[in-house]
Amino acid sequence: MHELSVTENILNIACQHAEQAQAKKVTDIYLVIGQLSSIVDDSVQFYWDIISKDSLCEQSKLHFCRIPAELRCLDCNNTYILENDLIPCPACNSTNVKVIKGNEFHLESIDITT
Amino acid sequence: MTESIKIVENILNANDHIALNNTKCLDEKGIYSINLMASPGAGKTSFIISTIQALPQELRLGVIEGDTAPVTIDSDKINSAGIPAVQVNTGGQCHLDAVMVENALDQLPLNDLDLVIVENVGNLICPAAFKLGTHASVLIASTPEGDDKPYKYPNIYRGLEVLIINKIDLLPYLDFNIDYFKQGVEMLNPGLITFEVSCKTGKGIQSWLAWLLEQVETHHTHK
Repeated sequence: MHELSVTENILNIACQHAEQAQAKKVTDIYLVIGQLSSIVDDSVQFYWDIISKDSLCEQSKLHFCRIPAELRCLDCNNTYILENDLIPCPACNSTNVKVIKGNEFHLESIDITT
Repeated sequence: MTESIKIVENILNANDHIALNNTKCLDEKGIYSINLMASPGAGKTSFIISTIQALPQELRLGVIEGDTAPVTIDSDKINSAGIPAVQVNTGGQCHLDAVMVENALDQLPLNDLDLVIVENVGNLICPAAFKLGTHASVLIASTPEGDDKPYKYPNIYRGLEVLIINKIDLLPYLDFNIDYFKQGVEMLNPGLITFEVSCKTGKGIQSWLAWLLEQVETHHTHK
């Protein structure tokens, strides 16, 4: 449960950029979160509604873009998406694999009114 | 008027920035440091005590103890072994972050240390997300936890420099398939340096220590 720290960071980044742009209000926040980043969307939203009060981000909407975890087999070059469990390459059963997507964890953009 | 502002900033950027300062602070003093992570009860404090007992006397160690509650059980154990220790109470938070470590470093006699071990809060999820600025991340996995942990908590295994498999003396009594466990680790972190140890019997501690001393020495030379 590190969603509170994460939510505070989202608020800080969004407010900082909104102030720079002399925004009156932030309406939407777009987040890109990889499947491997162990963050619970509902929990972030819960904290968001509380901590964004009285800030430029009050009543703004959080949008989560989830990126699935994708692996590449370094032996046969097959790529596959992790559905649930961590599994070896479904094509050749090799464990020589590399995560190529799913680590994303950034604030992509905000919509503001000026 | 409505407009969209492109940002693309890592959400934990502020933490990462302070972590970088912590690394600089440690590097200036020639101190090597590790972030020791594990689930509750894996043997983090016992492992630190075993390490202290095996360390050469001239090597000067400091310890930062992270706990979610205001208890000093762990730091008392370390202090009574004659080692300076700072207890960090995270106030219920499930992990240490770079700011907590920054504050704790201020309380350690850094001019008189060669090595700092940070014992993170017992948790396999949250500590993985927060960089502290230490030089190596070390995870203790203990055999009674089960052989499926790399599959269930992949993130923590991916950022590691060293893996310690503790309570290896219990293997004959457990259904812990070490090959299955290692296969999971290999997929997440190929070639990860691994030591199989028992803090109870002392098995494997010397191999871990040899690795640790080499890092401290190399770090000191490159100051």
